[in-house]
Amino acid sequence: MSKNSIFSSEIGKILTSPFGNDNPITVKVLGICSALAVTVKLQPAFVMALSVIVVTAFSNLLISLLRNGIPPRIRIIVQLVVVALMVIIVDQLLKAFVYDISKQLSVFVGLIITNCIIMGRLEAFALANKPWPSFVDGVGNGMGYGFILIVVAFFRELLGSGTLWGFRVIPESFYMSNNGFYVDNGMMILPPMALILIGVIIWIQRSRNKNLVDIS
Amino acid sequence: MYSNRYIFIYSTIMVVIVAVTLAFVATFLKPYQEANVKTEKIQNILSSVNISSEKKKAVEMYERYIKDEILVKSDGSYRSGNAFDVSLKIELKKDVALREMPLFVAEVDAAKYYIIPLWGRGLWGAVWGYISLKDDFNTVYGAIFDHKSETPGLGAEIVTEKFREQFKNKKIFDELNNFVSVKVVKGGAPEGDVHGVDAISGGTITSNGVNNMLNENISFYVNYFINIKNQNINE
Repeated sequence: MSKNSIFSSEIGKILTSPFGNDNPITVKVLGICSALAVTVKLQPAFVMALSVIVVTAFSNLLISLLRNGIPPRIRIIVQLVVVALMVIIVDQLLKAFVYDISKQLSVFVGLIITNCIIMGRLEAFALANKPWPSFVDGVGNGMGYGFILIVVAFFRELLGSGTLWGFRVIPESFYMSNNGFYVDNGMMILPPMALILIGVIIWIQRSRNKNLVDIS
Repeated sequence: MYSNRYIFIYSTIMVVIVAVTLAFVATFLKPYQEANVKTEKIQNILSSVNISSEKKKAVEMYERYIKDEILVKSDGSYRSGNAFDVSLKIELKKDVALREMPLFVAEVDAAKYYIIPLWGRGLWGAVWGYISLKDDFNTVYGAIFDHKSETPGLGAEIVTEKFREQFKNKKIFDELNNFVSVKVVKGGAPEGDVHGVDAISGGTITSNGVNNMLNENISFYVNYFINIKNQNINE
């Protein structure tokens, strides 16, 4: 690949396809568990998304750089070590600079290691591609994952707590406790609602693109 | 094919590089992380006397409200000292006679409050908190709890406002001046009970942990309280 292809259409496609028909969550159904756990509020979801983008991008880059030297027999171990390295660095950074959010995310940052999206991209893409496309692929997939997280968190925070990013959107005076007519939906705060929301997103996506529907 | 030799050398070098990188990152970020932990501790201490503080102003507010730090021994004797840096975890492992437990004296709107740090065991890990007493050494003014890894929705509910609020105005001594602590009662404390609060349903082991923690930690200070009360009478 020549140098002037850094922003070629092919790279653009690698970057954007995870938003649509290659989305890691809604199409490949990877990384669901963390999507259920950290989407109660927008802010932690955003930080989680950012963390996953950093981890996928840089572990993709690193594995791609090493790809010609990695002995195939231990390649999974090498991948795990690289991913674990990135995750620990991200976790330490969060603890140092956004302590509150790192407490909220608690174990889920550590569990990025087990996020299937990352290993999946390493195996499927980084081992066979040059560093730059691999890096972009990591960013793209991280963003595709983060995009779903933020959509889910948007609805869960709005309907579950009446706030967005911690700011009150639904006025206090609307609430029953203040003689209003409105009650937050308590279901939204619980994980099952995230699953239902993701289900709705998958439904919308598949009804618009019939190619994604399994006929089995 | 790669030889075994290559694989061994490859993995050895990889592990060494990763270890060095992580050691470097951890050392570099440690001061920032410790500052965060300290700020959180200050905020917790302040919220046990019902003062909510912003992160940036925490140290300033701590200096404004916390007037004294005391180290207390089990016989009731005490001395001024750096109570903030005492690790309860280490102190509680010592023999009772050797312990020097921290106590914070806060002054809010000209009233004195005594803040007792708490440390105990929940279901999965440590639980801790702070409880503040009014200057009669009997009535609870406020309490805050935190935990390492209790189950969300069950044991972890001890951090909620709802659980904390119950502690206000409870009493730790009965009418005969015997120490009874504040009990966390499974199935709910009877209405009007000044020594009991409702346990968390589904979080029995955590609730018991909090119960034991309150009893063990506060009872240590009983001699000190009696000591100070007598002093006040004599004056």
